[in-house]
Amino acid sequence: MSDGTFQPRIVAFFCNWCTYTAADLAGISRMSYAANVRVVRLMCSGRLDPQFVVAALRQGADGVLIGGCHPGDCHYQVGNHKALRRFTLLKRLLGQLGIEDERVRLEWIAASEGDKVQRVINEMVAQVRALGPLGLTAIPRPHGEAAAVPPCCAE
Amino acid sequence: MSKPKVGFYWCASCGGCEEAIVDLAADILGVVAAVDIVFWPCAMDFKRADVEAMADGEMAVCFVNGAVRTSEQLEMAELLRRKAGLIVAFGSCAHTGGIPGLANLYSREGVLAAAYDAAFATVNPEGMRPQTEYAAPEGTVTLPELHETVKKLDQVIPVEYYLPGCPPPVKLITGALGAILEGTLPPKGSILAPEIALCSECPRKDSKPEKLDFTAFKRPHQIIADPALCLLAQGLLCLGPSTRAGCDAPCITGNMPCTGCGGPLEGTKDLGTNALSAAASVLEATDEASIAVGLAEVPDPAGAFYRYSLPASLLYAKKGS
Repeated sequence: MSDGTFQPRIVAFFCNWCTYTAADLAGISRMSYAANVRVVRLMCSGRLDPQFVVAALRQGADGVLIGGCHPGDCHYQVGNHKALRRFTLLKRLLGQLGIEDERVRLEWIAASEGDKVQRVINEMVAQVRALGPLGLTAIPRPHGEAAAVPPCCAE
Repeated sequence: MSKPKVGFYWCASCGGCEEAIVDLAADILGVVAAVDIVFWPCAMDFKRADVEAMADGEMAVCFVNGAVRTSEQLEMAELLRRKAGLIVAFGSCAHTGGIPGLANLYSREGVLAAAYDAAFATVNPEGMRPQTEYAAPEGTVTLPELHETVKKLDQVIPVEYYLPGCPPPVKLITGALGAILEGTLPPKGSILAPEIALCSECPRKDSKPEKLDFTAFKRPHQIIADPALCLLAQGLLCLGPSTRAGCDAPCITGNMPCTGCGGPLEGTKDLGTNALSAAASVLEATDEASIAVGLAEVPDPAGAFYRYSLPASLLYAKKGS
């Protein structure tokens, strides 16, 4: 990955019951997808606190992918409905702050859809690569106070 | 024994925090008796030169309100930091950026263009902008420079304590002054307000249903709110669940929802998205169409959820500003 092309970092939050299982299936089926994604397993897309999304963006992610069960299929009945409401409002807020639409994406991916995991990840990595690094405005600090750089971002 | 020296200063703020000190009413006499006010440009005749003449650390405590967005405010904050033993960030703007912090939704040029070109009563065909220096016949006159972004106080100088609120409630100011005089301050870095959400001291807390569910948010001008019922249960976007207590809920007593000036609770990483999460979760809507209807009356999520805290947020400012 050192040919000079920009390699975006995508943090993916996948629901344990559907999308994470689908990502497992993709692996078992030997489907390859872009290696730019770091997957975090949540018990449910309804566990996704919008703070996780902005924290990931601030700590070096160029994009965030959220995967949950199709509507009607939530293991906890309504978790993905909650996720959709939060996502809808969060996307509007992020748009106001100049964050491009393609950087934060929600997809319903069932446990059987390993191919969809592959397609969505490849698509998103290509889109975010085309956009370039996220480039948030740095948070200022008083003189002499060093910024805490998360290990993932220390080049 | 000489009385401790105290200062008050304002940066980018509206003057409401100065008003809050006056709201101490007769209690202010007790303050004046216990301390020496050595700097308070809003109310008393002190100049910057008076502060510069002080020894470093000579002031026991300086209460600084307002956000920092100009070169002058930055210089004053740094000067006061040298002269004061304790700096208290006073009010929402110093604590989390406040209303002026919403300017971080725009670039500096966007802010200037709104004020100097687009404003309704402005005629400015030459597109003039404020200059930091101007050679007038009488001599060169200067203006502070407007920064690219608005900062909260502890983004420019280290701060020991925070008094939240827009403005801080009298009860919290009195408590803070008492703690300073009696030497009972909590550890440095503390927020001098209760560690619990506003709902806990809301006069309507008993009317909050076990499960909140309504089909659409409404804005205060669209309904006549029941004065006894939880405002969130009536579909008004009340930030009480995410906001720090300490104010005794005067807005809710006035039948208006909490807009979050008390700032975040301990453990909140980002007040705006935390409040957004709570708001979106209580709505009873399950598909895209009904969610769009339910959220239609939250037209400005950044303004609603980051009303007082955009510079304190993880996003800080609009990308590219």
